[in-house]
Amino acid sequence: MARAVGANVRRKDGDAKVTGAAKYIDDLTFPGMLYGATVRSSIPRGTITARHISLPDGYTVADHRDIPGPNYVALIDPDQPCLAVDEIRHVAEPLLLVAHADKDALLHLDTRISIETRNGTPTYDPEASDVCFKKIAIDKGDLDAGFKAADVIVDGEYRTAHQEQLYIETNGVIAVPGDGRMTVYGSMQCPYYVHRALVVLLALPPDKVRVVQTETGGGFGGKEEYPSILACHAAILARKAGRPVKMIYDRVEDLLATTKRHPSIVRHRTGLTRDGRLTAMDIDVIMDGGAYATLSAVVLSRGVIHAAGPYRCDHIRIRGRAMMTHTPPNGAFRGFGAPQTLFAIEAHIDRIAEQLQIDPVRLREQNALRPGDTTATGQQLGRDASALAVLRDAVKRSRFHQKRKAWAGTNRGIGLSLFLHGSGFTGGGEVKLASKASLELTPRGARILVASTEIGQGTRTMHAQIVADALGLPYDAIDVHEADTAFVPDSGPTVASRTCMIVGKLLERCARDMRRRLGTLTPAQYYKKHGAFTVTSQYEPPPGLQWSDETYAGDAYGSYAWGCNVVELEVDPVTFDVTPLNVTAVAEIGKAIHPMMAIGQIEGGTAQGIGYALTEEVVMKDGRMANAQLTNYIIPTPLDAAPMDVGLLERPYAHGPFGAKGVGEMPIDGPAPAVINALRHCGFDIRSIPATPERLMRARLHHGFSKAGT
Amino acid sequence: MRFTLNGKSRTVNAHPMKRLLDVLRGECGLTGTKEGCGEGECGACTVLLDGVAVDSCLVPLAHVAGKKVITIEGAAATRTGKALQNAFVEQGGAQCGICTPGMILAAAPLTSHASFDEIRTALAGNLCRCTGYPAIFRSVQSALKASKRAR
Amino acid sequence: MSALTLERPRSLKAALASLAADPSLMPIAGCTDVYVGLHFGTTPERRFLDLWGLKELRGIGVDGDALRIGALSTYTEIIQSTLVQQRVPMLVAASREVGGAQIQNRGTLGGNVANASPAGDTLPVLAAAGARIVLRSQSGTRTVPFDGFYTSYRNSIRTPDELVVAIEIPRLQGRQWWRKVGTRRAQAISKIMMAAVRGTDVRIGIGSVGPTVITATQAAAVLSGGGSIADAKAALLSEIRPIDDVRSTGEYRATVAANLLEQFWRET
Repeated sequence: MARAVGANVRRKDGDAKVTGAAKYIDDLTFPGMLYGATVRSSIPRGTITARHISLPDGYTVADHRDIPGPNYVALIDPDQPCLAVDEIRHVAEPLLLVAHADKDALLHLDTRISIETRNGTPTYDPEASDVCFKKIAIDKGDLDAGFKAADVIVDGEYRTAHQEQLYIETNGVIAVPGDGRMTVYGSMQCPYYVHRALVVLLALPPDKVRVVQTETGGGFGGKEEYPSILACHAAILARKAGRPVKMIYDRVEDLLATTKRHPSIVRHRTGLTRDGRLTAMDIDVIMDGGAYATLSAVVLSRGVIHAAGPYRCDHIRIRGRAMMTHTPPNGAFRGFGAPQTLFAIEAHIDRIAEQLQIDPVRLREQNALRPGDTTATGQQLGRDASALAVLRDAVKRSRFHQKRKAWAGTNRGIGLSLFLHGSGFTGGGEVKLASKASLELTPRGARILVASTEIGQGTRTMHAQIVADALGLPYDAIDVHEADTAFVPDSGPTVASRTCMIVGKLLERCARDMRRRLGTLTPAQYYKKHGAFTVTSQYEPPPGLQWSDETYAGDAYGSYAWGCNVVELEVDPVTFDVTPLNVTAVAEIGKAIHPMMAIGQIEGGTAQGIGYALTEEVVMKDGRMANAQLTNYIIPTPLDAAPMDVGLLERPYAHGPFGAKGVGEMPIDGPAPAVINALRHCGFDIRSIPATPERLMRARLHHGFSKAGT
Repeated sequence: MRFTLNGKSRTVNAHPMKRLLDVLRGECGLTGTKEGCGEGECGACTVLLDGVAVDSCLVPLAHVAGKKVITIEGAAATRTGKALQNAFVEQGGAQCGICTPGMILAAAPLTSHASFDEIRTALAGNLCRCTGYPAIFRSVQSALKASKRAR
Repeated sequence: MSALTLERPRSLKAALASLAADPSLMPIAGCTDVYVGLHFGTTPERRFLDLWGLKELRGIGVDGDALRIGALSTYTEIIQSTLVQQRVPMLVAASREVGGAQIQNRGTLGGNVANASPAGDTLPVLAAAGARIVLRSQSGTRTVPFDGFYTSYRNSIRTPDELVVAIEIPRLQGRQWWRKVGTRRAQAISKIMMAAVRGTDVRIGIGSVGPTVITATQAAAVLSGGGSIADAKAALLSEIRPIDDVRSTGEYRATVAANLLEQFWRET
């Protein structure tokens, strides 16, 4: 029988999507349904002194007093109110909720509702803030000794800005009340996060709350934690009105109010010997968390763990802090702290190469982590550590050295970046999650029951491939249940590149258990004879994994994927527009369960990384996104698409399903520093992104280009 | 207001200024056409109006009177629609799927011998956040080749 | 929605009569701009006059020595017109860079003119071409030069009872040049754009660097008179008023304006 794993089997959800049959949240209606809207603050900081509401009949209005449980959105810290009481901490903070049967009746609410406030003085600079959400310290070796051994010390400061996930389907939910129950349907990545937030807010027992993920039009982290807030809002209105309430954000509201990538400031002080060996790395990381903690502690965690990049060094000190500012809270976005800190180290390494006059490839080769080396947290890497393999492959594919030489002094540049990305939750995180997966026997084969969500990346398909092969059944015999908390166990969130490596592994185990139990019978035979049964598997850490939250040391992740990007670009001397000519993306991911979908993750993440580097700017004015229209937040169109050359390498990870690691996030880690390094090659000293034409114009080192590249 | 929708005559009673997008999704019950931005930037709401691609979020119902509208639900009946649908599945052009109906309809007017540049230009008004676009181009190229063979 | 009204005249004559009776009616055509405002609640108008069906406003042809483009000509029709390709290739180039195919299939030249945005993609072309705008009301027709059509930000000399019915472009002599600098290669509002004609005389139109499109007469005069490109750039900078906004900066626009002028001169 043909194996499913490693083959480009037909996507489970492909046909529904291309015929328009797939149902996203705005495609659903319920009898008696109302539409909901949110009244938000227009100031970044202050106190509410009065609320004036004059609405005719037909409207349902809810405020914090309509919340039966505690007024916070349960996530990590209980600091974010679901609806503001009297304190305002950011523009677009939710104050009131309004519902009406006619969607048009919710336009121009500002003419009927006015909120009086006493303005406070906002803080926008994370370095000037006196509220710290989280501090993390990582220490390896003896930093002083490391600097003493250095011949050269290189300093650098690097900055990244907000980035918007820009899923093409905006956030939306429908809350349906019942008798002492609440069901919420919606576009989301983590049904059990939403479930927990509702249980707390509505003060309902867990079995009275049900969350169902509908077909989701992109997430990228932007629907990891945010949907909990929206679900709570819709549920409050639904509970008060006694009717289903649909809340779909339009694009402007989604841009203004929902989470973005954390801006960062990263400072490096690095000691090296004259011939380019790293002796000491001192790194300081500041993340701007926005007004409430949300996931800042975890973003900071991943950021600091990746801050030393794919390099070996005996003496490392990393300090990180996530600070509060009076801006809309930032949250999860693909990469989750790593794109920020990997940008810094990779831009820094090229500056070091320039200063020491060492070839940037050679400098990286010399210092790249190898199997047996230890990371900044003291984790010893296994045989699947592939820094050198991806580096050499990318350099060869792109003809890096030839172009580096040929384009010197022209308006064309070539630059590279080397990076890694840990799969799964950090340290003891997976143990704490204690994820479960279930597999149910059906007459045809088996049905997958997991809370992992399909958000475009291919979850349904990839999980079915793993189960099919582990069960020894055809791929078509496996189906996947909707991610509905009434039916599926808590498999943890669909984040952190864990859906294949962690949850896929659980499903593999379920399938092998089921295979043993079936014995020589087919599913149809067993079903007829004994009926259905369900196998459940729960997460167990791989043997030997050790981590300490106190010392922030040990095995941060079960495994790492490895990547190398080479960006070739051209700068227009008239306009300073940057055209990416080619992006080489080599990724080592353990095992590509579905090669086409893995390449899809690499191409998609790479495009988002190019946008992060060049054009995607959130223009903040007085704590508010000033360019909150799709016409003004610039992601690439088909005419801007960078041509890409993707290379897939596989070094199996022993504890991943069929050797697979994670692939979803890593591709976005590399493009931005590779772009900046290519720009450095053609004469631009840029240390922050986005590197817009306006900034390039200011950053020129030379008067002009000696000749155009060919 | 009477018009032809996916090959069948259709009469709709709605305000002449109502967005065609809302009429298709509401009165006509066809939810395959999606709203991504409401400002004509993303192309997720693309439909064919007398054979050419338009953003249905920018078309008043009044402007389709007596005209032919094709949505994703009727795409299979167009010359290349079926091939496009299959290619988007097989070549990875569809990931989350929200841009896919609009993408397919934007590609539908292309002739079988369209160049890469012509393909890119036809899709220039359609945004995708999942694929980065290479798989979409591969899907369209594959579909156009397949439909050429089929003739 | 119920507060909106749409009049659908069957002829130009009927449309003009409606406008004469109620000049507060807002004429609409391809709706690519109006519907954005309506959807987000930023368009205050409530009463609309639908021009889309008026055949008198369509058609591209030659009238004497001039090219006459009906106000309802879409960007796609302009791109596909052999007449425009032959006579005003810079208008074809500009039309190709408006939005994407969907916008080009619906947006009209008359709409671009009447909308009066300083970033209207065709306006620098019309400025450089020395175009004429044909306005008509119930009382009659007048043809006005494009130069001076706009009086201030989003305002023109068109009276509320007049419609733009056609745009006339005289026979142009010399090489035509066009460049739009946007935030990306499609679906972009321009940061700055320039259209220019280099014949025995030079004409330059430049957009997104002032409250209206600008005909850069001083810079053009320097070049026509054999002056240096450095002097022309200085003249250009004195004619434009670039600002900082969410898309770009005044400094960038000024620098690139000068660069565009140099590029035009070098390439023609």
